This record gives sequence, structure tokens and C-alpha cells, in this order.
Amino acid sequence: MRFERRLDQPRWLAVAVPMGSIAVGFALMAVVLLATGHAPGPTYRRLLDSAFFGDGALSATLVSCTPLVFTGLAAAAAFRMRLYNIGGEGQFYWGAIAGVGIALYLGDRGVDSTPAYIAATAVAGAAAGAAWAAIPGLLRAFAHTNEIITSLMLNYVAGLVLTYLIIDSRSYWRDLESFEGQTFPLGKMIPEEAKWPSASLDAFGGIVLPLGFGIAVALAVVMWVVYARTRFGFELQVIGDSPRSARFAGMRLRRKIVAVMCLSGAVAGLGGASFEADFAYQLDPTGLQTSFYGYMGIVVAALARYNPLAVVPVGFLLGGLVNAGFTLQGADFPSGLVGVMQGLILFCALAGEVLLRYRLRMGRTAPRAVDPQAEAAA
Amino acid sequence: MVLASVNDTFVVVIVAAAVLYGTPLLFAALGELLAERSGVLNLGVEGMMLVGAVMGFWAVQRLDAAEGVSLAGALGVAAVAGAATALIHAFLVITLRANQIVSGLALTIFAGAAGLSSYLGNDLNLSGSPAEHAFSGLDIAGLGDLPVLGPILFDQSALVYLSWLLVAAIGVYLARTRPGLNVRAVGEAPASADAMGIDVAAYRYTHTLIGGALAGIGGACFSLQITPQWVGGLTGGAGWIAVALVIFAFWRPDLCLVGAYLFGAFSALPPTLQARGWLTGIPSEVFSSLPYVMTVLVLVAVSSGAARRRLGAPAALGVPYVREER
Repeated sequence: MRFERRLDQPRWLAVAVPMGSIAVGFALMAVVLLATGHAPGPTYRRLLDSAFFGDGALSATLVSCTPLVFTGLAAAAAFRMRLYNIGGEGQFYWGAIAGVGIALYLGDRGVDSTPAYIAATAVAGAAAGAAWAAIPGLLRAFAHTNEIITSLMLNYVAGLVLTYLIIDSRSYWRDLESFEGQTFPLGKMIPEEAKWPSASLDAFGGIVLPLGFGIAVALAVVMWVVYARTRFGFELQVIGDSPRSARFAGMRLRRKIVAVMCLSGAVAGLGGASFEADFAYQLDPTGLQTSFYGYMGIVVAALARYNPLAVVPVGFLLGGLVNAGFTLQGADFPSGLVGVMQGLILFCALAGEVLLRYRLRMGRTAPRAVDPQAEAAA
Repeated sequence: MVLASVNDTFVVVIVAAAVLYGTPLLFAALGELLAERSGVLNLGVEGMMLVGAVMGFWAVQRLDAAEGVSLAGALGVAAVAGAATALIHAFLVITLRANQIVSGLALTIFAGAAGLSSYLGNDLNLSGSPAEHAFSGLDIAGLGDLPVLGPILFDQSALVYLSWLLVAAIGVYLARTRPGLNVRAVGEAPASADAMGIDVAAYRYTHTLIGGALAGIGGACFSLQITPQWVGGLTGGAGWIAVALVIFAFWRPDLCLVGAYLFGAFSALPPTLQARGWLTGIPSEVFSSLPYVMTVLVLVAVSSGAARRRLGAPAALGVPYVREER
């Protein structure tokens, strides 16, 4: 078997490869299930039921999908420039901390207008995420420090901050008054007015559309426009493909690195704020640290091939998986299954990339004479 | 009992514990070093460690044998599990030329705290029970009570002595043997190595797999000695610290040892302080975050300015080798 570089990439393959990856991923997962003594058929049926087809399944899937779209956009924003921000997890935590913090603060000041709360939580979450992402961004820009490792290490630090705020201290975020709060460490509930509204659709037997999902979709469109249609987006592409040419063309690399990291962190932070104001309403360190939304964002972005518009449908599909994972968790649906499945799909997508770039030739035939002009064009 | 009391002082206890906590980092970092020296960056260390940890623990629970045999078998199982996990990465990046960074991240997500390791732990019902056998201090020739040196050098577990052997072996291998020199050639200039008749892909496969095996053993250090039981995600980022360690160590095995014990000391600090009831006024999270914060700080120190020029990063690290596309 040999690989032959493609001179042009057929458009249909760009859609067929991710779809094929998902199909092959499911097939491989069936092998894992069989190997560990589970029947794949019924497992998949229950999975699809609780993810998409059962009563209320779509609404629940939207709940899991909203944070994934945010973290997926965050990862895509940076990965586009080959800036590997894998600190989405920590930036998401900080968005949650800041969003809940400002909602509690405004609640104590007696604010009762929901739009004010929405604006405040969104801005605070985005700012906190951006600030946390600025650390690896500045270190990368000015000290050439590998952003993969620094952004990842900061995830653990952010997780410890969460634990400290709720479990190990008597912080502003912790509920010290209610009976439950005194017996068990719990986060304070944000005021009723601070909860983001949701819209109900009558289609498909009633779907609840959270405000955060709407914001995420709008953000995906804005990001697509910025990345595909503006000078800023073009420069990012050039820097990602060839930092040398970018420097010679007079692009300001350091500024762009910091700007893109902050943008990516802001999106992840906004996701954290939306997660709190849309669904969780209180800071829960264990819940946040065991749902891995930040890390899954990387899977979403990679499957979407870093295209912001594709992040939305991919986030929806994986959100379905995550939601099914939460609902079905138990003896015959061990936790971890969802992560395994996402990993397998991602491996298939990576392997599929090779089909986009190369043509597979079977057999050990001698290479044909190559047209020198085509060679030069390649 | 003067001798014993010296050995109870904070410094001796923390250094001995640094060796204990540094050993998994050392195994994983040595493995990553071998893979990177052959030109393959594998960011899946955390995932490979967790798979090694869970499979090693499974083996020790299920093998019905004498302690030594059972533990040796468990290490073997952990190494095979780690290597099998690394095989996915090797196939994707060496044969299919996928992006090494994304593939490594995918490996950590697939195998890590939310993936295969946790699935296996649940499915094999491993959590909640302590290990049937665990590695413990060997007290070599009764020298474990020697003042200062005893607990640090002579009362460590077999894993620690194995890691020391490995540091020496890898040092000699890379500097003094033909295959070792070939690995370096493959990592620095694969095209020249290919022209010399070295099979680039075979070298990269072998060293990525050995890297996975060592990461698996590193993971087993947690489940068979430090914890010693199975808890999901028990490595807590050690795999990532190991990736950073290879950079701090300028891709040299001897410096990996120094770095691993330095970071072992940071990891050993919170439990040691807690056991003594010291510094309880400071939130324990401050100490728990030390390994992560120090990793960032040391990485900044070695990656800026003067140190950067002396770095020993293999020139072809992370670059797929395709004979037709040079």
C-alpha cells in the first residue's frame, strides 16, 4: 500500500471523512463493548434513545451541548493559529467562578433586572477566562514557553481554586446558612433573577432552548466571519501556516498570540458563566471537575476541523453522547465509555485526514511517470 | 535511638518521599525521552500512565501468586498496556503522518481520566479495595536505619532501584551503542539516517512503544505503591509534568532523574506537612498546586533566552518523515 499526495482535495471528502469517522468510531466501540462483555446493539439503542429520540432527550442534550459548543469554539479559535490552548478546562472554571461571583454580588446589592444580570455574568465570565488564558499567552509570546504544558498545568491550579472556594474555606461562594449547606459543603444559589431565560419550541414534542445555546450559535457565526472574512483572520491563518513568512510580512506575532489566547479564554470563560447561569446556578467543584467540558472541547474542535460553524453540529452530536453518558451511567454502562468513544471517533478523524491529503494506492506497482508541471504545482 | 530520630527529621523524610513520588515521573519521563529522541512527540503520557496503572492494579488483584511474582507480573502487564496504548499514537503519526500534537491529546482523552482507564476501572470493579500486594521499602542489607542515607538510599522499593538502573542503561544506550546513536540520527536528521540505511519508521515505532511501556510502569507506581489502590485519574497530571521534565532535562536521562526528584519533592510536600500538622494556617491547596505552578515557572526559566540556545531538542521532533516529500 502506498500514499500518493492529492493535488486537489475533493469537497465531498471534507464532509464524508468526518461522517465516516463517526461511523467507524462506533464500529470500533462495538468491538470494545464486545471485548468487555457488553452487547453493542442494546447499548447503542439506549444511547440513541437517551441522547436524541426519547422524551425530553433533545432538551437534555442541548444542556450538555451548550458548554461543549463554547469550549469547542475556544479550542478552535486558538488551534486555527496552531496555538494549542488546552487550558479550556481551567478557563471554563474561572468563567463559572466569576459568573457566579458577580451574580451573588449583584443579588446582595438588590439588583432585580434580568438583562443586567445576563450582561454582568457574561462579561465577568469572559473576562475571567481571558485573564486566565493570558498567562500562557504572555509566556508563549514573550518567553517562548510551550503553551500546551503551561495552559494544562493551570487547569489543575484552577481546579484547586474551585475546591478551596467551596470545600476548604468559608468563601463568598459557599452556602453557610441553609441547613444543607451547614451539613455538607455547597455553593450558594444565585438569585432567581440571575438565571438566564430559555425559549420553548413546540417542535419535536417540545424543546427547551437555553439562552446560552443561542449565544454560542451567534458566537460561532461571528467567529466564522472574523476568521474567514477579515484581515485579522487572514493574518492568523498565515501565522499558523508559516510564522516566518508572517514575520517577514510585518505581522505582529506577539500581539496576535496574546490576543488569540485571550479570545480563546474569553469564549471558554463565557461557556463557564453560561453553564452556571443556564443550568447549574451554584458553584459545584466536583461536578465541574468531573464533566471535562474543557477537554471535550478539543475533541469537538478537532472533529469540526477548527471550523467554527461546524463546531455547532459536532458539539450537538457529542453533547448527545455526554448526555446519554450522564443518564445511563450504571453497571452496564460504565462511566468512561463516553470518553473512550470520543477518543475513538477522534482517532478515526485523524486517520481520515490522511484520505484528504493522500490517495491510497494498493499493491506495489511502480509509480507512474509524473508530470513535471503538476509536481511543481504540488 | 539517636539514629532513628535523625531519620525522622523533616529534611530526611521529605527527601525520601521525593524519591518515592519522583519515581513515576522518572519512568514516564525516560519513556517520553526515548520517543522524543527518535522524533516522536507523544502528549498521551498521562493517558498511557493511567492505563498502565489500572491494568497493573488489575493484574495484582487477579494473579494468584507469591508477592514477588505477582508484582513483577503486574509491572509486565502495566508495561504491555502502556505500549499497546502507545501503538495507536505510533500508527497514526508514523504510518498515517497525523499531527503529533493532536494525536497525543486524543490519546490522553481516549485513555485518560474520562476515558478507557476509568471505563476499565469501573468495568473490572477495581475501585474501593486496597492492592493485594504493594511495593515497599526493601531495607537492603539492614542499612535502612543508617542515619540520613538509610531511608533515602537503602530503604526504597524495587521500583526505585529499577528506575536507577534504567537511567544508567538509557544513558549508555544513547551515548555508547550503535542502535542508540541511530536513534539520535533518526531524531535529528531522518533523511540522512534513511540514506545510511536506517529504517526510520522501525526505530520510531520501537521507541514510541518502549516509551509507552515505561509510562505504563510509571502509572503502576501510583496504583501499586503510592496510593496503593485504584482511584480514577490518580496520576493527577503526572504525565504532563513528565512531558515538561523532558524539556527541563534538556533531553538527557541523568538530568531527568534530578528533575523527577525535584518535582517529587513538590508532590511529597502536602502529605508530609499534613502528617506533621505543620502550617495548617495556609490552605492545603496552596501546597497541592506547587507541582503545577513550579512546572510552569521552571519551564519559563529554561525556555527563555540563554538556556534556550543550549536546549537539546531533537531537530526533527514532531515532524513526520516521508521519504518522497523531502
